[in-house]
Amino acid sequence: MHELGIINYVVKQVKELAVENDLKKLHSITLEFGEVSGIVTHYLEDYWKWYSKKDPFTDGAELKMEVLPAITWCDSCKKQYPTVKYGKTCPYCGSGETWLLRGQEMNIKEIEAE
Amino acid sequence: MAEVKVIKIEESIFAQNESTAESIRKMMDENGTLFINVMSGPGAGKTTTLASLVNLMKDKYKIGEMDVDIETSLDAQKVADLTGIQSLQIHNGGLCHIDADMTARAIAEYDTEGLDLLILENIGNMVCPAEFDTGAHKNVMIWSITEGDDKPLKYPLMFSVCDAILINKIDAIDYFDFDFDKAEERIHSLNPETKLFRISGKTGEGLDAVVEWLESNMKK
Repeated sequence: MHELGIINYVVKQVKELAVENDLKKLHSITLEFGEVSGIVTHYLEDYWKWYSKKDPFTDGAELKMEVLPAITWCDSCKKQYPTVKYGKTCPYCGSGETWLLRGQEMNIKEIEAE
Repeated sequence: MAEVKVIKIEESIFAQNESTAESIRKMMDENGTLFINVMSGPGAGKTTTLASLVNLMKDKYKIGEMDVDIETSLDAQKVADLTGIQSLQIHNGGLCHIDADMTARAIAEYDTEGLDLLILENIGNMVCPAEFDTGAHKNVMIWSITEGDDKPLKYPLMFSVCDAILINKIDAIDYFDFDFDKAEERIHSLNPETKLFRISGKTGEGLDAVVEWLESNMKK
């Protein structure tokens, strides 16, 4: 459900950029999400379709999404491993003293506009 | 036709919310107000617990309370009836959370001047509110034993972002299979820094320790 709030932020930020850069038409927007950010991408797409239509600047623009891998750090053996595959337990030493390094990002990467 | 440009942004979607949240914290610092955001699932006992806490503290401190719900003013009314303090009901238009912008608008409506403590009772939801910085100094979660001790495994983000977690309804422990040790171990593996309290919002058991923790975070 928070996908709606996220689209709200994205549209607001993009409209501000349009004013600052004197842009007339948005062609696409690229968002980046960490693998464990908890985003349900098809909700975002649906909300984007609905919300972007409300403004001629965003209407028809494509929403692109890129996934950033989640990486966990093991405090015991000082190694990194992929979070989604192994979860909280280190595959090298079995320790649970592990911390998420990356994977919760939610970024606006770039836009294409004229 | 105009040229199509690529503009690199590389910024968090939450950047704007975070800067609004920072300005709320700054304003609260200048006012000498401790601002706390209280989150939980629906029915964990937020309103009852907060009313009991306010009653323990209201003679010594000036306290304000803001309640977020999708519909009705039941919670704000309940807090006002039980404690006699001013409570503001915020309707968030059906969203699943409240963000710094909504909080800032609510604060503008509310007389926060001279408050020692401002409490934001967030919407009952274990998922979305955890994602949005409201501008509070401290995040507090109320979690009740009736919900089961597996919740830190299922909703890890909420347990990770809270500075204090109040395990509520301990007066009903005889009726539920809730393992405190397991629950607390699960929380600490996600968030070793968080303070844990076992309380009953209804009977008031354990709330003195919460008052002490709040006082230790107050400005004066």
